[in-house]
Amino acid sequence: MADALKRTPLYDLHVELGGKMVDFAGWDMPVQYPMGIMGEHKQCREKAALFDVSHMGQVILRGSDVGQKLETLCPQAYATLPEGKARYGFFTNAAGGIMDDLIVSNAGDHYFVVVNAALRHQDIPHMQANLDGVEVTEIFDRALIAIQGPAAEDVVAAHCPAARDLTFMETTVARIMGAECRISRLGYTGEDGYEISIPEDKAVEIARAFLAHEDCEPAGLGARDSLRLEAGLCLYGNDIDQGTSPIEAALGWAIQKRRKAEGGFPGAARIQKELAEGPARKLVGIKPTGRAPARQGVEIQDDQGNTIGQITSGGFGPTVGGPVAMGYVSADHSAQGESVNLIIRGKPQPAQIVALPFVTQNYKR
Amino acid sequence: MATYYSEEHEWIDVDGDTATLGITKHAAEQLGDVVFVEQQDVGEEFAKDGEIGVIESVKAASELYAPVDGEIIEINETLADNPGALNEDPEGEAWIYKIKIADAAQLEDLMDEAGYKAFIG
Repeated sequence: MADALKRTPLYDLHVELGGKMVDFAGWDMPVQYPMGIMGEHKQCREKAALFDVSHMGQVILRGSDVGQKLETLCPQAYATLPEGKARYGFFTNAAGGIMDDLIVSNAGDHYFVVVNAALRHQDIPHMQANLDGVEVTEIFDRALIAIQGPAAEDVVAAHCPAARDLTFMETTVARIMGAECRISRLGYTGEDGYEISIPEDKAVEIARAFLAHEDCEPAGLGARDSLRLEAGLCLYGNDIDQGTSPIEAALGWAIQKRRKAEGGFPGAARIQKELAEGPARKLVGIKPTGRAPARQGVEIQDDQGNTIGQITSGGFGPTVGGPVAMGYVSADHSAQGESVNLIIRGKPQPAQIVALPFVTQNYKR
Repeated sequence: MATYYSEEHEWIDVDGDTATLGITKHAAEQLGDVVFVEQQDVGEEFAKDGEIGVIESVKAASELYAPVDGEIIEINETLADNPGALNEDPEGEAWIYKIKIADAAQLEDLMDEAGYKAFIG
């Protein structure tokens, strides 16, 4: 018998709000609410949306030189991450593939790490085994809520004035309705917004307070996926995995200059070689010409009918108003404007290689 | 005219040996926001339970199965530009095909409205 699905502190609220619950990485999560994916997506782009991301792994790292030690597992410059700042990164394997992507925050007396729900059982032992003298502790008593969208600042600041003072990728501790929360100005939708780590016994009360704002509505995992896709953000397991290197995945921007030059992280040989010579394949934006969505697994061909790659994420982009996709193509076919064919249900459908993201990212820098 | 329903959540409105076919309100609600409808061409012949099109929602692609043997005699061309009509009026304006029924005896395997209501609970 399968294990019972795990529930976040907001489970009862999701059900009360009419959330359609599905199994996501072993968690019973809302894929959508009565508004629907399309409406929730637009709500986030135009006003503000609340997402429960409590299923993700929240981890505290304590010890000496934690940032420096993280550099032995990740190609990011975490040793020089200033206090109060968060930085996107990933664990790499010895072959230069991506083991998981994560956000690391320097919280002063500790580091705060958020990893993907499905990979906590890999990532936490990985850190425990390899970060010498660092205490690695997963937090189970806090919810994680994302408030995303142009109205997110107003929604959050109504209960937490300190939220206004943060800029993109800054993090702090602040009280919200009496509860001590970690609030970070970041997210995964392409919009301005926050992720807030909240003591579990206050999570519902705080979520209700945010939702009471006229510009804030709940949104599920369906909208979260279409939002991140339009924003050109990789989903682990779809667009990046143990076999894809960060350079192939166009994540070179997330590796800081010093690390690119010095190496010293797992898989540095492949990653530095690809930086110098270019990768054999690249993750690109793909815009189907017609209306048919091209989903994960769809084959990409050149105009001669040769296979040149595969779609890794694809669907309908509500803000774009048409289908959008990302996928890997061989480097010689990766130039923007290149015409390709997508084999959807056996028939070639025309598409074009385009720049990512599909929508302008609206971060508060 | 009589309306029948399939376990694949299609309705078929029969008038002599021709019929109009679409998906039920229940199906449209389950699919969520429809963004694309792939229809076959007029003149295509099909067998009962064969795939006669694909409906794509924001979430996923779902096949449309033929409730009876027949032939496509007309397609609702407005769905190409306005697939969202399938959420608004799936049992009316947003019909998908007009078909010619090859074997009217197969209609007996389908459900009437009361039967379908019981089927979807």
